[in-house]
Amino acid sequence: MRKTVSVVENILKANDQLALANRALLEQHRTFAVNFMASPGAGKTSIIVRSVQALKDHFRITGIDGDIATSIDADRMAAAGIPAVQINTGGACHLDAVMVHNALPEVDLPATDLLIIENVGNLICPANFPLGAHLNILIASVPEGADKPYKYPTMYRGVQALLLNKTDLLPYFDFDVDYFRHGVEALNPGLAFFPLSANTGDGLDSWISWLAEQVSHYLTDRH
Amino acid sequence: MHELPFVESILQITLEHAEKAGARKVVALDLVIGQMTSIVDDSVQFYWDILSRGTLAQGARLKFQRLLALYRCQDCGHTYSLDGHHLACPQCDSACVQLVQGDELRLESIEIEA
Repeated sequence: MRKTVSVVENILKANDQLALANRALLEQHRTFAVNFMASPGAGKTSIIVRSVQALKDHFRITGIDGDIATSIDADRMAAAGIPAVQINTGGACHLDAVMVHNALPEVDLPATDLLIIENVGNLICPANFPLGAHLNILIASVPEGADKPYKYPTMYRGVQALLLNKTDLLPYFDFDVDYFRHGVEALNPGLAFFPLSANTGDGLDSWISWLAEQVSHYLTDRH
Repeated sequence: MHELPFVESILQITLEHAEKAGARKVVALDLVIGQMTSIVDDSVQFYWDILSRGTLAQGARLKFQRLLALYRCQDCGHTYSLDGHHLACPQCDSACVQLVQGDELRLESIEIEA
């Protein structure tokens, strides 16, 4: 005898459930976690290094980097003066909650106010794998072109701040800022937006102040 | 992409409900998948065929109800789907738009043999 069983359940992947567990652990230790995502070469590590240099005397910062190979980015974070953990993903094109869960024991959470997680360079997959971070940040860059919000809507929708790096190169590229911003606004209304250059330092202060405010607010907000 | 973890979850939810309903066999699944979820039907089918082997759900037919990504303009009320060129309202060019359909990712029901 056949019958239909009503289910109506959202497919919350195992990853998403573990992301919640990661978040609970971070909350337990009052550690504010930020997940940085971008295409390869957009400037994640450079912006992280500049942010660390500006904030490490105000907050205790630890870094986690995800890459398929090398410890180049964790080394750069360590050179900037913070403890850094390298995850080599073994070919996976994104960090997921499992990898972060397995890396968290290497982080001194009680001694960390701000956990900076640098994701694998990729505009597609990281958007589908929440890590349990408090903030998801996307770094776009001028040479990538202004059509990226239109081509990668899931990524642009899933972040709470957008940095546009390499603004010093605007004179050399055909980047329509209005077209870019129009697309971003439609996908993610009111998204915090920071045009800047990690290279020249232009616009960095606004971004760093905003980040510092998010961290301070979190640390002083007693539940 | 990455349909494997998605299929693992569908299988887990399916077997839970099937066992609770005293099923001998699961014959079909009704999946509702929104356009914004980047889930590819063929990949789901591929992983399903492998993962469901040896379970109550082996051989169950997957039925995909695809929901288009739909935006509604907060200014003029126009509802539209993505055409690959516009994100803002094609009627009034406002960027005050909201996704009203397209994020769905759920198992609606399963058909069992009791």
